[in-house]
Amino acid sequence: MAEIVRLSEAVEALVCDGDMLALEGFTHLIPFAAGHEIIRQGRRDLTLVRMTPDIVYDQLIGAGCARKLIFSWGGNPGVGSLHRFRDAVQNAWPRPLEIEEHSHAGMANRYVAGASGLPFAVLRGYVGTDLAAQTETVKPVTCPFTGEVLTAVPALNPDVTVVHAQQADRAGNVQMWGITGVQKEAVLAARRSLVTVEEIVDELQPRPGVVVLPTWTVDYVAHVPGGAHPSYAQDYSERDNDCYIAWDAVSRDRDAFTAWVAEHLVQPDGAAR
Amino acid sequence: MTGTATGRPQAAPATWTADEMMSVAAARALRSGVVCFVGIGLPSTAANLARRTHAPDLVLVYESGTLGSKPDRLPLSIGDGILAQTADAVVSVPEIFNYWLQPGRMGVGFLSAAQLDRFGNINTTVIGPDYRDPVVRLPGAGGAPEIAASCREVIVVVRQSTRVFVERVDFVTSLGFGTGCGQRERLGLRGKGPVLVITDLGILEPDPQTCELTLTQTHPGVDLEQIRGATGWDLSVAAELHTTPPPTPRELEVLRALTRQGRP
Repeated sequence: MAEIVRLSEAVEALVCDGDMLALEGFTHLIPFAAGHEIIRQGRRDLTLVRMTPDIVYDQLIGAGCARKLIFSWGGNPGVGSLHRFRDAVQNAWPRPLEIEEHSHAGMANRYVAGASGLPFAVLRGYVGTDLAAQTETVKPVTCPFTGEVLTAVPALNPDVTVVHAQQADRAGNVQMWGITGVQKEAVLAARRSLVTVEEIVDELQPRPGVVVLPTWTVDYVAHVPGGAHPSYAQDYSERDNDCYIAWDAVSRDRDAFTAWVAEHLVQPDGAAR
Repeated sequence: MTGTATGRPQAAPATWTADEMMSVAAARALRSGVVCFVGIGLPSTAANLARRTHAPDLVLVYESGTLGSKPDRLPLSIGDGILAQTADAVVSVPEIFNYWLQPGRMGVGFLSAAQLDRFGNINTTVIGPDYRDPVVRLPGAGGAPEIAASCREVIVVVRQSTRVFVERVDFVTSLGFGTGCGQRERLGLRGKGPVLVITDLGILEPDPQTCELTLTQTHPGVDLEQIRGATGWDLSVAAELHTTPPPTPRELEVLRALTRQGRP
């Protein structure tokens, strides 16, 4: 049964140095507040997993929390590059970043295998590309029925998955709607999980296309209204596209980034805000 | 880059930018009723223009899982709320790739590129010879490798320059024709590959014999030498070279309304 706690308590209890950590949310419902809390608590040596690292992982990487990144598209959607990610890969700043790179189809299937309790997933993918030669977690596999050669990718089973959703009830049942990406698979694949929510309601109302995570699939729920900003939560907020555009200038410059972290995530005396 | 019918920026209403010509030419390549898997940026602009002009029944599919999106403004990302709120259905990301893209249900895949070579191979991963020590780290693959493999046809929309149009891409993120005709078939890929490359200067198509990208159209006001100068290989030119019909006032009006509301 999920326990409803404060975000800081959930991060402290769930996320350890060296963990494999997935924050999922495909453009929509990205758990930014949880990412910021992980930076505040100074977690280190994380293996960060995410299909689209987005600016939340740019921030975690720039803040020195990550040892490795497993991903499939590391850009600022509609804007350009992730400059902290780029600086880490090209110049090892603030520390070297190991990468394990996939396509979206490969990453999605790795979570599916993880959620399914299978060691690997099969897909038609990577054929003819240079990715397969650079990524050890992409291998050919022969179909035992037809003899056709397909591609295998291993399951992803994060130590912790964090997602953001619109609602939970007081028992900790969670529901999300709109673009729900790969969040169900990422939560079910994980050993431990945290869901931040816009609202805690007395009763969840059925909705078309909704994804439900029953309380017994989640460890902690934290009430964090606006916890996806500058991403968004459908029916609660709009994507703050201006913020994504503004991030480009902040992230290009190490000093500007460091000042941003100091201003937004750490008080002058070093205490968590 | 801006250009006009006379090759210089002008304020007169009969002029347009090179980017506008590219979006209009790309939109015209999409027929109503086709199912189009749309990448963000230039492809999304063109696909939305097509749906608002000659192709009202064009089906727009975004990799965030939205099937049949009908946005009234240009999205900045592939997961803007407007795409989900106007969709026929919203499915999960594993489902969009496994059930909808992989079996070949998508008619056209619409992609862009950081580098493109003479066989239509696309690089969006790294610039430089060493993947482990890149000169420039780019965003990476996203959905593109499987879009390029599994859509029945691929259309590439990209600004043309020697930085982008290179003899050989530094990294094959998404396969075009590999090293020439027949390679896609040998690898078992089901889609035809890049059938059109639409740039701000003209249009290239694969030669039926060699699969090498060949210039088949120049946009109005663009001369052949300018296009050769923007291409990093010895460009083949079709025997019959056409000039793209200029944008109509209606196309420009709709395009400008879209870009004003949407992207900055």
